[in-house]
Amino acid sequence: MIITILYYVLTAYIAFLIVWNLLKRKKWQEEILYIIILMPFLLRLFRLK
Amino acid sequence: MSWLYLRKFTLIALGLVLMVFAGVSFFESRHLKEPVVLSRGVTQVKKLSAYFPGVKGTISDSNIYVLEGAKPGGTILILGGTHPEEPGSRLTTWILTENAVADQGRVFVINSANRSATTVTRLGGGYPPDFTIHTKWGEQKFRMGDRWSNPLDQWPDPEAYIHYPSRQELAYVDIRNLNRAFPGRANGTLTEKTCYALIQLIQKEKVDIVIDLHEAELQYPVISTIVAHEKGQNLAAMASMMISGTEGFSIGMEYSPPALHGLSHREIGDHTQAISLLLEAPEPFLDATRGRTDRRLLLEGKDEFVVKAGKHGLLFEKMDENGWPIEVRVGRHCSTILQILELWSEENPEKSVIVKGVPRYAEVIEKGIGNFLHDPAKADPKRVYYE
Repeated sequence: MIITILYYVLTAYIAFLIVWNLLKRKKWQEEILYIIILMPFLLRLFRLK
Repeated sequence: MSWLYLRKFTLIALGLVLMVFAGVSFFESRHLKEPVVLSRGVTQVKKLSAYFPGVKGTISDSNIYVLEGAKPGGTILILGGTHPEEPGSRLTTWILTENAVADQGRVFVINSANRSATTVTRLGGGYPPDFTIHTKWGEQKFRMGDRWSNPLDQWPDPEAYIHYPSRQELAYVDIRNLNRAFPGRANGTLTEKTCYALIQLIQKEKVDIVIDLHEAELQYPVISTIVAHEKGQNLAAMASMMISGTEGFSIGMEYSPPALHGLSHREIGDHTQAISLLLEAPEPFLDATRGRTDRRLLLEGKDEFVVKAGKHGLLFEKMDENGWPIEVRVGRHCSTILQILELWSEENPEKSVIVKGVPRYAEVIEKGIGNFLHDPAKADPKRVYYE
C-alpha cells in the first residue's frame, strides 16, 4: 500500500513536470506532444485507467 | 495574455476534452452492471469474502452462485473469468447460472473469478470496452476485460515476480494474472488474496472437481484441450474420448506440467483435495497476427490474417473463413462440462453431480447464446444479481 501511494505521488510529480515543460515550450508541435504524454498520467491520477 | 499562452491554453483545453471523453468511456466500462437472472436451481448466492475476509470490501469479492440438488452428492466448482478477455469463459458461466438445475450434488459457479480484470482492457491494445449478445428480449452488454487484474486495483508491478510458495520466477506482469498466482497467500497482493480465497472455498466446501474455463489464441499450442492435474488424468482422457466421439467436435487432453507454477490446473490439484481441470477453446481475437481488433472479431472469430497464418503452418488449430464464433466456443465448454460431470457421476455414484437445463454444443450453436439469457426487467428483482 505504501509503495502504491508513493507511485501515485511520483505520477503527480511527473505530471507536474510535464505541465511545467509544456508551459515553457515555444513550438506548437511540442506542446501537443506534451499534452498527449500528460493524458495517461492524469487518467491514472484520477483512477480512470 | 500573449498569443503564445492563448495557444497553450487552447491546446490544453482540447487535450482535456479528449481526456474527458476517454475517461468517461473508461469509467462507464469499469462500472458497467452485468445482470445475472438466477436459474431456479440457484439456491444461494455467496460472496468470496465468506471464505476469506481479506477480500471483503475489495473488487475481488465476487459472487458465488450455488446450485444444490435435493440428493446429496459431490461438489463441483466452475470458474469463469479467470481471464476475462476470454469471453467464452464468462458466457458459459452465465448460461449455467441462468439455466442450470442440480438434481444431485452441488455446483458452485463464479462468473468473475478475477473481477478486477473484468474492469479494464489491455493497456494500449485498443480493445473494445464491451460486447453485446443479442437475445429474444433485446441486448445484453458485457464487459470485455483483460488477462490481468486492473492496475487501479493492484499497482505497481515488481521488476521480477517470484511466485509463492514455489519461488519460481515468472513474467513480472503475471503478478496480476489470477492463473499464475495460485495457491495465493493471505497477506499477498490482491490477485494472490483472490487465489487464496478460492483455495479456502475449495477446501471448506470439500470441492471434488474444479473446472477453470479459458480460451486461447490459435498460435498457442495449448488449445482445444483439457489440461489435467495428475488426479484428473483418467477423467480428462475419458471426457476427451467421449466428446470426440459423440458431441460433434474434438478436444484433446494434456498433462499439467509439474514444474510450471501458479496455474489453477497445477496448484489447485497440489494444494487441495480437488481434481483440477482447465478447458481451452480457440479464440482468434487473441492471436498476434489478427487484423482489426473489434467486437466483430471477438464474437464471430473470423480473421483473414489468422487464416493466412494457418496457411503458413503457424497455427495449432484449424482456421478457415468460418472462424470460431462465440457460440461454438461456448458450446464446447458447455458440452465438455456436462461430459465431465456425467463421467464423474458414473465412476463415483455416491458423489454424483447431476445437472439439468444446460444446453450442449449443438444446441448452443443452433439457438445462440442469447436464447439462454433471461430478461432482467421481467425477472423477480430478488433473483437478479449483478457482476
